[in-house]
Amino acid sequence: MFCELDTEIGINNPLDRRSFLKCALASGAALGMSGAAMRAEAAPASGDDARYLVEAKFYQKIENGKIKCKLCPRECKVGDRERGYCGVRENRGGTYYSLVHSRVCAAHVDPIEKKPLFHYLPGTIAFSIATAGCNVNCKFCQNWDISQSRPEEVPAQYMPPRSVAEMAKQYNCPTIAYTYSEPVIFAEYLMDTADAGHAAGVRSIVVSNGFMQQDSLKEAYGRMDAVKIDLKSFSESYYSKVVTGQLKPVLNSLVTLRTMGKWTEIVYLVLPTLNDSDQEFRSLAQWIKANLGADVPLHFTQFHPQYLLKNLPITPVETLERAKAIADAEGLHFVYIGNVPGHPAQNTYCPKCRKMIVERVGFVANEMLIKNSKCPFCQQPIPGVWHV
Amino acid sequence: MSRARNDSRREFLRKSLSGAAFLCAGGAAQALAVPETTAAGTRSKVVVARDEQLRGSGAVVDAQLIRALLDRAMQALTKRDRAIDAWRKIIQPGETVGLKVNTLGGKGISTNVQLVEAVCERLQEAGIRPGAIVVWDRDSAELERAGFRIETGNERVRCFGTDRAGYEDELSAYGSVGSRVSKILTQYCNVLINLPVLKDHDGAGVTIALKNMYGAIHNPNKYHPNGCNPYVADLNMLPEIRTKMRLTICDATTAIYEGGPGYKPEHCWNANALLVSTDPVALDQTGWQMIERKRAQMGMKTLAAEERAPSYIVTAADDEHRLGNCDPKRISIVEV
Repeated sequence: MFCELDTEIGINNPLDRRSFLKCALASGAALGMSGAAMRAEAAPASGDDARYLVEAKFYQKIENGKIKCKLCPRECKVGDRERGYCGVRENRGGTYYSLVHSRVCAAHVDPIEKKPLFHYLPGTIAFSIATAGCNVNCKFCQNWDISQSRPEEVPAQYMPPRSVAEMAKQYNCPTIAYTYSEPVIFAEYLMDTADAGHAAGVRSIVVSNGFMQQDSLKEAYGRMDAVKIDLKSFSESYYSKVVTGQLKPVLNSLVTLRTMGKWTEIVYLVLPTLNDSDQEFRSLAQWIKANLGADVPLHFTQFHPQYLLKNLPITPVETLERAKAIADAEGLHFVYIGNVPGHPAQNTYCPKCRKMIVERVGFVANEMLIKNSKCPFCQQPIPGVWHV
Repeated sequence: MSRARNDSRREFLRKSLSGAAFLCAGGAAQALAVPETTAAGTRSKVVVARDEQLRGSGAVVDAQLIRALLDRAMQALTKRDRAIDAWRKIIQPGETVGLKVNTLGGKGISTNVQLVEAVCERLQEAGIRPGAIVVWDRDSAELERAGFRIETGNERVRCFGTDRAGYEDELSAYGSVGSRVSKILTQYCNVLINLPVLKDHDGAGVTIALKNMYGAIHNPNKYHPNGCNPYVADLNMLPEIRTKMRLTICDATTAIYEGGPGYKPEHCWNANALLVSTDPVALDQTGWQMIERKRAQMGMKTLAAEERAPSYIVTAADDEHRLGNCDPKRISIVEV
């Protein structure tokens, strides 16, 4: 998934002590971080480490010792000693297991703007973690070396939920972010970690493709305090060919999250020639307004050639500006342009008086003028969660 | 043919060691001794060698009998009177050879260790030094569960999984497939001999030669939708696989006609056969029909009736892929 523009060292690298400290320092040198991250232990090479095994929560036992996974819409039917499409869930003797509980292959302290969440605790940092695996296979994935790998192929460290919560607190992160790969596939770990975080006073946010069954969405993301969904296109054909997924379940997830009252933002990665037509931008904006409301932030982000789509160019800024203009014209209130540092469409403007109320440079919220969730100039309520 | 009839595994290893001292590995690939079978118009030969007494009076395959069966099959394939001549038509001295086995099904339904030992013996007799032979699959633990002993030294026949060697950092891509390929395939061998098992597959229909290459990449779980079509064909187009694939020896001593690819003893049968070909598509087509005949004998529906006919076999033979022949009219099945 192309969830965040990764400019740090270490996202795609093994989380050895050196790299962990390196990125922790890079992200948090000014935050007084200590060496607490070193508590994580080196993972063994074996894929059979019992510490990482927990019975999966979302599946059915079916005939001949097989199981049917109920986590995502694929509903993989998995025989004994086999794994589902995600590669991180395995049938062992008729019982389905997650192989990635507490098996963290990437951990960083990131600005929350990097997720991106622009209307949720701006200017704060998130303790961000991932395991290997993903339930789709986007041809543009920037983190493919962890998302498209099985857990035993990616060095990892043992980080049980409580230690994640402790580390988040130690680094003054008000949130734990589940991100980088696809948190759907480590739902059990996400749920346990969110519970541990909440018990310690740390919130949870998730960066996801939203390709889930509704029951698992409600149970897992019901524990989240904010959600960012990568809506990768507004076309089933694109989802089939480029994402290896389906659009409809993702739209259902967005509506369900809205019904659940979860703060949700949407990212739409714009790929030249593949999902950048005026009609698709217009249909997308119309659907969001009709089904989620005009206040849902929508981020049009710039594609950089990656993975299996190295033949495409970087998205022209003009294309992103065209997308924003169409969504603005359809009446969405908060349309952003992402992955283009310094672009004025990274800032938040009051939809009523049009004055700038949050100024951002890169992933840094330079100036945050919103007070009591209102525009300081015209008192227009500004949707979001602005203060811890 | 010249082996003593009662070689034990220890003797086999001793002989492996004895031939290890002087040849250097990594020689440039020699010209293929067997013409490629992928061009349109070429007929493909599939040898089906059977021995109903393969297990003697016991339950396990007899090492000498399977060696003899292998010899018969190779001689029929290459039209040579002696086994060593048959192998020399396939393999050139100085080459490095990877034997890709299938060990997903544990001891119950994996490539037979005795068969692999017989292949290793014949390779050495054909001029391949022991350390230039690697028996491999995805995972060392799975190899051990199937009865293989892990060996990483440089002087004996080596045996280990990609978990020990790793995958290439760079992706290799063709069509729907983009994968990191096992370093065993890219760095340890210039010739690939495929040793799959004859198996039913709940998603793909059957898993025999072509699909066995799923064990050579880091992300096989991504390629199971749509009955593995066109993924299996696309995967076999990767240059690391296509340019090295020299021979397929399918182990059908024990086969499974339903409930695969895992071991389901109630659906296994002792087919007591080997299928050998230089054309993996023709071999898959032939193996598929063997499974269909067994299913019919057991009163089961065809794979097509269960909506899981292995359509990837047709894709592998189409004009884009041309990996071999799937048209029965262009396949010569030689029973020995």
